[in-house]
Amino acid sequence: MSPGRGLTGFIVRRLLLGLVTLWITSVVIFAATQALPGDAARSILGRSATPESLADLRARLGLDKSVLTQYWEWISGIFTGDLGTSLANSLPVTEVIGERLVYTFFLMLIAGAISIPLGIALGAISARRRDSAFDQATSVATLGLAALPEFVVAITLAVIFSTTVFHVLPSVIVTEPGSRPWDYPRELVLPVITLIIAVVPYTARIMRASTVEILESDFVEMARLKGLPERRVLWRHAVPNALAPTFQITALNLAYLAGGIVVVEAVFNYPGIGLLLVDSVRARDMPTVQAIALLIAALYVVLNLLADVATILVSPRLRTSLG
Amino acid sequence: MSSHAHALEVVDLRVELDYGAHEDIVEGIAFRVARGEVLGLVGESGSGKTTVGLAVLGHTRRGARISTGEVRIEGRDILPLPPLERQRLRGVLVSYVPQDPASSLNPALRIGTQLDETLSSHGVGSSSERHARIVETLGEVLLPSDDAFLRRYPHQLSGGQQQRIALAMAFANRPRVIVLDEPTTGLDVTTQAHVLETVRTLCAAHGVAAVYVSHDLAVVATLADRVAVMYGGRLVELGPTGTLFRAAAHPYTRRLVEAIPELSGLHALIGIPGTAPRPGHRPEGCFFAPRCSYAQSQCRLAPPPLEVVSDGHEVLCIRHADVLRDATAARIAAVPRAEIEVEDALVSVRGLDASYGTRQVLHDVGLVVRPRECLALVGESGSGKTTLARCIAGLHTGFTGEMTFRGRPLLAGARARDADMRREIQYVFQSPYSSLNPRKTITQIIEQPLRHFFSLGGNEGRTRVREALERVQLSPTCLDRYPHQLSGGERQRVAIARALVAEPQLLVCDEVTSALDVSVQAAIIDVLAELQRELHLGLLFVTHNLALIRTLSQEVAVMNEGRIVERGRVDTVLDHPEAEYTRRLLSDTPSLEAAVAAAG
Amino acid sequence: MSEIASIDAVEIAPEDRRRSPWRVLVSAAWRQHRTKIGLGITLLLVGTAVFGRLVAPYPPDQGVENQLPFAPPSSDALLGTDDLGRDVLSRFLYGGLSVLLLSGLATALGMVLGVSIGLVAAYSRGKLDDLLMRTMDVFLSLPQIVFALVLAATVGPKLWLLVLAVGFTTMPRVARVARGAAVEVVERDFVRAAEAIGIPRRRILLSELLPNVSSPLIVEATLRMSFNVAVVAGLSFLGFGLQPPAADWGLMINENQNGLTLQPWPVLLPVIAIALLTIGTSLVGDGLSRAAIGIERGRGGE
Repeated sequence: MSPGRGLTGFIVRRLLLGLVTLWITSVVIFAATQALPGDAARSILGRSATPESLADLRARLGLDKSVLTQYWEWISGIFTGDLGTSLANSLPVTEVIGERLVYTFFLMLIAGAISIPLGIALGAISARRRDSAFDQATSVATLGLAALPEFVVAITLAVIFSTTVFHVLPSVIVTEPGSRPWDYPRELVLPVITLIIAVVPYTARIMRASTVEILESDFVEMARLKGLPERRVLWRHAVPNALAPTFQITALNLAYLAGGIVVVEAVFNYPGIGLLLVDSVRARDMPTVQAIALLIAALYVVLNLLADVATILVSPRLRTSLG
Repeated sequence: MSSHAHALEVVDLRVELDYGAHEDIVEGIAFRVARGEVLGLVGESGSGKTTVGLAVLGHTRRGARISTGEVRIEGRDILPLPPLERQRLRGVLVSYVPQDPASSLNPALRIGTQLDETLSSHGVGSSSERHARIVETLGEVLLPSDDAFLRRYPHQLSGGQQQRIALAMAFANRPRVIVLDEPTTGLDVTTQAHVLETVRTLCAAHGVAAVYVSHDLAVVATLADRVAVMYGGRLVELGPTGTLFRAAAHPYTRRLVEAIPELSGLHALIGIPGTAPRPGHRPEGCFFAPRCSYAQSQCRLAPPPLEVVSDGHEVLCIRHADVLRDATAARIAAVPRAEIEVEDALVSVRGLDASYGTRQVLHDVGLVVRPRECLALVGESGSGKTTLARCIAGLHTGFTGEMTFRGRPLLAGARARDADMRREIQYVFQSPYSSLNPRKTITQIIEQPLRHFFSLGGNEGRTRVREALERVQLSPTCLDRYPHQLSGGERQRVAIARALVAEPQLLVCDEVTSALDVSVQAAIIDVLAELQRELHLGLLFVTHNLALIRTLSQEVAVMNEGRIVERGRVDTVLDHPEAEYTRRLLSDTPSLEAAVAAAG
Repeated sequence: MSEIASIDAVEIAPEDRRRSPWRVLVSAAWRQHRTKIGLGITLLLVGTAVFGRLVAPYPPDQGVENQLPFAPPSSDALLGTDDLGRDVLSRFLYGGLSVLLLSGLATALGMVLGVSIGLVAAYSRGKLDDLLMRTMDVFLSLPQIVFALVLAATVGPKLWLLVLAVGFTTMPRVARVARGAAVEVVERDFVRAAEAIGIPRRRILLSELLPNVSSPLIVEATLRMSFNVAVVAGLSFLGFGLQPPAADWGLMINENQNGLTLQPWPVLLPVIAIALLTIGTSLVGDGLSRAAIGIERGRGGE
């Protein structure tokens, strides 16, 4: 039995599982937005709405059809790239999101590129120098920072660097339509730093815990007792076993970033999909809200899938037990 | 390299905790091992033997440090060396064979790589020279050395193979000293015999001084030339194997020997009451005094000095002369086991096939347990004996076949059975550390069957609990304690008390002494024997230790790979085994008596 | 795994070992500075949130006489006024209860649901376990804030919805931890012993399993509380919690953002309070975690 077949089979099964999860999530999102008590049309138009305008809006929203039909239309629309029409400005949802997606994506990219290696390095070094002054200081710092809500960090940074103490960096971003995020380097600084401060402590703590577990495992002790040079012990024995947790941590890190952008973008008025989500919720713009939620859920599912597959690939024990 | 009379010399070694009050874990350890000699380092759990074994490599577990002493390998003290230099000496000057090879081998590296790096890190020749050495070493431990084998990962090997890889890695660089830490734990008897033979041969062939750490005196007696006995972090006796076991000079050694079950079953098993003190809880004076029958007031005031009994035989006891004199006195003979008349079956099993999922573990098993009789179910790990016991007790449902209890059919699984049947068959588990709910008091634990079967609580319940405790010889002070406040032996007695309180007809004991120290085992066997006599309990006694059954059981069934290979009266089967497997089992099991006799 | 991921443990003092398991945990946790500091901070803030209104100089929605909006501290208003000329100190003293109550309720809801599901999943193994955990995965595929926002899009910012949303997104995280802890306990022999004498499943879950996972669950509860305070305050900040003119810490931050250069206090005070509350509960959780791991390590055979 070739190991390859088992592996592909696993990937396929895992992919299917992810798709099913995503599908059920879409049902949940849809149910949450369409099937809750309180007529959406009435909430949007308010109490003083006339019956005609209500009926009109309902027809426009497609609320007069059965729930199943509505869901089907939405889901099938996804495959054709049609996510509906935004209620706020009557533009196709894909267009509205597309503009902002670039901003969020760029923000996450920069924040991720800095926070992932930083968190992993901090965690690994802390583990290596366990109980040293460096480790204890980092431990306290990460515990404190990890506990802080993102918007607290955001506001504090804004207070320090934009308003009260220094007036160095802008705290609110005003953009021209059609411009790109890299046109505004100074405005990006605070949001990026906020995200890094919000995410690195978690990553560092989890990395430290995983690494300590490996460094104190029986087989690493045995490697030392065999008299192997410390460099080899670390790089050939410890690190390969630390890879699997690292993938999980990276996926987790990115997931946290995705969660944090909503608040961060709101504080700094950054034109990404997080701010768009908040605005759309305020405006009861269902199609946009559903689309953004689905997008984020898809991101989570894909990240977890990649992390699981990568874990299997680097663990010989798991790999061979599949084939 | 200068040649010294002794390849390994340990002088006044002290290992202590590296935090808090720095209590000692071991202190005053001193011994010498010559080239090609095997020194057995024995002790029960908490004695510090593993700590000493690691210290010979200049290593400690996390939380401990070596504070004073010398470890001289071929005359050179390795302790003062800087850590990196000490690390370089490991594997080439002094090697280590760990207890659990499964967790000591890196799961992410192939076997070949792990073998090769042992050599390459110590600068052994070119890659072809290394390969030649690997082939040679693997041959010595009776393992294949073809490429396919070398490309395997550790989890693709059996326990015995993993252990032999560990041995190969340790001997590969031809070290001067090798420390083996219980390397045969978890191996079946036959593999164990092979591994021991391999160790003996390799040490002799390459002139390696070996320190063999173990709690199993029979194994040590078979392998070692000299033995060092540890108790409470101290080396209490040191001497040649035969002398030490035949005529022990220290009260603890003597009691230890008396607590070991023997195949011949001639002598009574006598345990040692009480428990060994842990670091930080050690008394003034001699550590063994609280449990020692020779203790006098002087013993409790100051630690005993080192005394020489004869050449090469040292002891840490001021009354060793008396102990030696008593050694010549005969040991207490065993109490003959109860004989019962043959009666109709209590439990009858016929044509039982059991499986875990798709894997079949029992094949056409049949046996009979009679009322008030003890049937010993003997086999090695993987033989299926625990599965059989669980099927009878209702803990395993994956089986087909016939089982009856007092004539009525025994259904699969406890939930399917009626309350009476559940009550009358009680099960005592192997590990007392896992079979008691840590969040309940002893009273609550023992009361549970009372409430469940008899709806008894309150005062009546407490009275019954006290009675049960008395039967297992536990003091009522533990009624309001929690399991973590009791020792392993005490916890096992609580487990037995819990079973008793349901007033069962059959007690199924699954390896109930395996997780306990030797000195504590005897007490449990005692309790069971007495219960059988007084309460006329039927007993199904599952064990892998043949020597335990003679004192307790009337009948025995020997199992191998899911089948019963031999059944009959205990004396008949042990003295005149018919099955090939039984014969092999009897001959491969290390015996203290035999080893001492052979040592001359 | 719990996001705070402690692997460090404290050494359990010998005197502690002689006590009942719960008291061992409490005293081992108490021995650490971080627990005392964290508890002190938390109690201070909880006290402020609950009892603040008893000592507030003004009612929360009353403008201060003779003071303009965003006026600096004075004898009339000790910490100045906010965007509508109300006393900052009073609004602060009134504004903590909502955050505390909402996050507390949500955490409690999430704990009850999560523990039940986690324990049932661990004990049942097989198909039910799979089904329950896959369902939890669905709830895990959205960040807590996003889930709450999605719900708020339909019916608007209702408080009960907030509690439900945060509670339901706490549930899967708790369920994972509960299941992880229970899976190890389920294998132990005392559970088998209870099954062998025929104790009903529900009794086994409640009296054999639950007490033995209580330590990690207590730790998880404090950490979830810390998280949920952040989520609830964040939602209030975005305008989806209490609505104006109610006094609420999150809302205060939002309302007074524009006046930061003139009057930092209406923003700083709730920011510091929320920060301290989350850090305080986190410290307590960490202290408990180290104690629990220390106990776990010390257990086992002699």
